[in-house]
Amino acid sequence: MNRLQSVVILGATSAIATAVARELAEHGARLFLVARDGERLEPLLQDLRVRGDDASGTRILGTTADLADIDAHADVWAQAREALSDNIDAVLLAWGTLPDQEACNTSVATTLEAIHVNGTSAIAFLACIAPDFEQRGRGVIAAIGSVAGDRGRQSNYVYGTAKGMLATYLQGLRNRLFFSGVDVVTIKPGFVRTPMTEGFNRAGALWAEPDTVARGIVKAMRRGRDVAYLPWIWWGIMTVIRLIPEYLFKRLKL
Amino acid sequence: MTTSWNRIPRVAHAAEVTLNRRGQPLPGASHPLLAYGLGRSYGDVCLNPGGSLLHTRDLDRFIAFDPDTGRITAEAGLTLDDLLRFAVPRGWFVPVVPGTRFVTLGGAVANDVHGKNHHHAGSFGEHVRAMTLRRSAGECLEVTPDDTPDWFAATVGGLGLTGLIETVTLQLVPVRTPWMRAWSQRFDSLDEFWELDARAEREWPYTVAWIDCLNPGPRGEVGRGIYSGARHATTAPARSQYREPRRAIPLDPPVSLVNRVTLRLFNQLYYRQSVHPTARAVHHLPWLFPLDAIRHWNRIYGYKGFYQYQCVLPPHAQKDGMQALLDAVAASGQGSFLAVLKRFGDRAGPGMLSFPRPGATLALDFPERGNETEHLFRRLDHIVQEAGGALYPAKDARMSPDLFRSGFPRWEEFASFVDPEFSSGFWRRVTK
Repeated sequence: MNRLQSVVILGATSAIATAVARELAEHGARLFLVARDGERLEPLLQDLRVRGDDASGTRILGTTADLADIDAHADVWAQAREALSDNIDAVLLAWGTLPDQEACNTSVATTLEAIHVNGTSAIAFLACIAPDFEQRGRGVIAAIGSVAGDRGRQSNYVYGTAKGMLATYLQGLRNRLFFSGVDVVTIKPGFVRTPMTEGFNRAGALWAEPDTVARGIVKAMRRGRDVAYLPWIWWGIMTVIRLIPEYLFKRLKL
Repeated sequence: MTTSWNRIPRVAHAAEVTLNRRGQPLPGASHPLLAYGLGRSYGDVCLNPGGSLLHTRDLDRFIAFDPDTGRITAEAGLTLDDLLRFAVPRGWFVPVVPGTRFVTLGGAVANDVHGKNHHHAGSFGEHVRAMTLRRSAGECLEVTPDDTPDWFAATVGGLGLTGLIETVTLQLVPVRTPWMRAWSQRFDSLDEFWELDARAEREWPYTVAWIDCLNPGPRGEVGRGIYSGARHATTAPARSQYREPRRAIPLDPPVSLVNRVTLRLFNQLYYRQSVHPTARAVHHLPWLFPLDAIRHWNRIYGYKGFYQYQCVLPPHAQKDGMQALLDAVAASGQGSFLAVLKRFGDRAGPGMLSFPRPGATLALDFPERGNETEHLFRRLDHIVQEAGGALYPAKDARMSPDLFRSGFPRWEEFASFVDPEFSSGFWRRVTK
């Protein structure tokens, strides 16, 4: 069981990350939150301080940074270490955007930008922090991938490519850090009712609430699970989808 | 399609916008706006056919809490469920809760909701210390009972029409435990109910009665039922683990499961349930929110939905009026699943359109059966209007403009506070 007493959350104002932060704050954790938009970060910090009985704001801290900017990573990590007195139990990477596949289809720049925000920038951050964890010999690194990364489909394969790349990187990192006692957790949510999916038709039993997914994330991080499909039903769905032979799959409108 | 809890009416909106943060500018549009929280009201008070709905569920952040005074400030989309989860372990309780905890703070203010403790604590609005109200012109008003009493009286019970309620400051009440002491007793007629109530309300801060409006009591008149009272317990029972059961109605049945046969059966069984004449310990969740234990209970009425009919009758007319209402329901043969009778305390709510006022309130649920249902409602309307009573806007999908105006005589004064860009299906219906 990993302790989750001091946790860094990157991309903290996303609906899923916010729900994770609330759950941890309610259990008395020390948190360091990073988000791009200060106007959204401040009210979230305030909310977490009330939930975490931290009126003076000494345990729940944060900073603004654009995590797509790789040059900012070292500084963000230094701030996090300082805020949590160099005693970090866990890190959760949760930033990302859902690109418009149609727009990607006609623009190389949009495609590469989406892959950078969802894939390369996350890998850069992981590469930056991995030596620290390796040296310390404990802790958990978790990152939010997606079921979309399990197989490329015409409707969102640019996003899927980035998340798939991230998943493969995490696999390798998990293998590398295993020997120093660090857990690496790949989170693969299915459909979640968040602002990211606002334009979708969200009727149906497969849509999950952010707090349900957040509870699953916290549990997976505590247990040091390797890969967590959330909710678990997506493990079955994606197993079937992965097993469809390519010569059939390419004919499907998915 | 976004509907309210009873699924009547089913109407289309021109746009639905999710609000994510305080101070977000309201969408400027050619059609009217209305805030929508969890949609737990019945009818069209939270709907805006042809207009825009502003979803407030993501405005759910805490802002400040003083653990010494129990005063809490939060965004208006925070639910009473979230608030109770936060407050109860810290020794505080929401001063007034309606029959479900799945409502937002903003919705509780806008409908000036009441609870089983009305005779003891008044309505929700009496415990609100401040609000921020965003108007369509862009300004944000700080509304308090002392500094801006007129805006306060318009916004409490103001059905979300005075602007977007962004934040609410509420005074919580101290409790020692999550547990309550509760008792219950059968009664055979309304006369017995009034007697019981007169004795019980002095001793029990929470009281409510369930009435069997299908089966007559031993003296041949409709009005038998079960009376319950409770108070917050000062100590928890020895084995005090409580886990709320999580049951759900999984899907919409093709037809309403509520019909004459199931109703009669249900009411017989409910009346025969064990009562507890001496007080025992119960957890606050099942006592205050019995229906919350069954997710999506509204589905039992099927796709077509149902109506709730909730009225209040003034003290001088309450006894005869309630008997007349129950007799009319019994004569129609359209019994209600759960009829809930509660005597309000002696003070009126603080809002210009507050529903709670001295007298007694009766709430009835009916499956949608077209003309037959409307015919019954007209008879009930007549009794309510003759008695000088009112219907509850939060539970209404059909009252006439005339009945609204007689029940809410300050409506014209209220109308001058309505934000020019805000409106609702309810408001257009009762003011036309």
